Amino acid sequence: MELKRTPFYSLIKEIGGKFVPFAGWEMPIKFTSDVEEHKWVRSEAGVFDVSHMGEITIKGKDALKQVNYLITNDASILKDGEILYTPMMNHNGGTVDDLLVYRVSEESFFLVVNASNIDKDYQWMVDNNIYDTTIENVSDFYAQLAVQGPKAEIITQQLFNENLSEIKFFNFKYLNFNGESILISRTGYTGEDGFEIYLSPKIAVEFWRELFSKGESLGLKPIGLAARDTLRLEKKMALYGHELSDTISPLEASLSWCVKMGKSEFVGKNYLLKQKESLSRKLVGIELVDKGVPRHQNEITLEDGTEIGFVTSGTMSPSLQKPIALALINSEYAKIGTEIWLKNNQKLKKGKVIKTPFL
Amino acid sequence: MAQVFDGYGYTKEHEWVKVEDGFAFIGITDYAQGELGEVVFAEFLKSEGDKIEKGDEFASLESTKSTSQVFSPVSGEVVAFNSKVEDDYEIINSDPFGDGWLIKIKLSDPSQIGQLMGATEYNDFLDTL
Repeated sequence: MELKRTPFYSLIKEIGGKFVPFAGWEMPIKFTSDVEEHKWVRSEAGVFDVSHMGEITIKGKDALKQVNYLITNDASILKDGEILYTPMMNHNGGTVDDLLVYRVSEESFFLVVNASNIDKDYQWMVDNNIYDTTIENVSDFYAQLAVQGPKAEIITQQLFNENLSEIKFFNFKYLNFNGESILISRTGYTGEDGFEIYLSPKIAVEFWRELFSKGESLGLKPIGLAARDTLRLEKKMALYGHELSDTISPLEASLSWCVKMGKSEFVGKNYLLKQKESLSRKLVGIELVDKGVPRHQNEITLEDGTEIGFVTSGTMSPSLQKPIALALINSEYAKIGTEIWLKNNQKLKKGKVIKTPFL
Repeated sequence: MAQVFDGYGYTKEHEWVKVEDGFAFIGITDYAQGELGEVVFAEFLKSEGDKIEKGDEFASLESTKSTSQVFSPVSGEVVAFNSKVEDDYEIINSDPFGDGWLIKIKLSDPSQIGQLMGATEYNDFLDTL
């Protein structure tokens, strides 16, 4: 299958972005050094092309009820202009995707889903559309940029007259850019302050150029998706296909804060009610004591090699300069300080369960 | 453009071999280090004195995002690992053909050297990627 390209492809190619195939897209993995880019976002500001992300709208009289039926978090607490993060479950205790839910109005919701899951999510929502709402996959109508880092606000502010400090964390607004309406939300996937900006592909390149013409001297740099992954991992933000999957429940993935058992029926509720009584595996943070870099699917074992779980994501943390991992392990070993072993590079390496987020 | 030098033998997996006094020094090419990105950890999977066969995995080079296995392009006995690399992984990026070498092997079958690509051939191969 031919890889899709975002509106920023040529521009990013020109400035030295290195591309890899990701979820059916040709995406910039890095520009110079993934480690330096990571640190830059922690201390200054960077922009990520995340146009591969999907957007789905749910509209109609019962849109709120429909959204709340599909997700584990509670959208009824949202006011217009507010956002929440939530898993969306299947009927078997697994997770279809994790997403952001934007409440435009009680009758209109804008959902942001993972690139690799767009078709699956859309089909799932349509198949479970019990309130007869209008569900549309509008992904092709949006490019997306994420401006992230301590200087994100001051840089993004240069493009708008409206005071961006009024957009609070997990809130959004529609603003005007060169005559086009764009959606700007104070959200992100790095653990830093910042914005995610959804805009028409038509004005995408123009927006990028203006952002850099005003922001470069303030410290803005383009950042690749490799750094995005290590940034989110240090902050223990889940990545679908790793911490969450069709066979991992939100409770197992430490997302009980996004599961609202008190609300009326939602997909997965019955399963979770049972699972809650005895959760057999848990997501924990691990620090490797021996030298090495933990990797997705490395086995976690006891000293005698008995398997107790597996790594969901691992890296050499650029901020902490030590090997860290998230791992799904048997609950009885989830206590902080527990010694565990990791099968990595044909060796058994010692590690321990530590507090998360790592940073 | 990735650097390629005369005097080295090359593989399609982007390892290089340089022969000096019957010993083969092996490392990864400039192209390979560029693809891998910043090396944040390097681990040798063999010990000094081990026999190694052509195609055996002998090192693992890690960036934040991925692991690259390095395979021996020749057979022989492991004489030494470059301990400098274990103290300062960055030299694999900054000097892949020099201080960033990985392993020294006493060749058991010197004819294997003739099967490697020369600089021109490797350059042509890079052009196809």
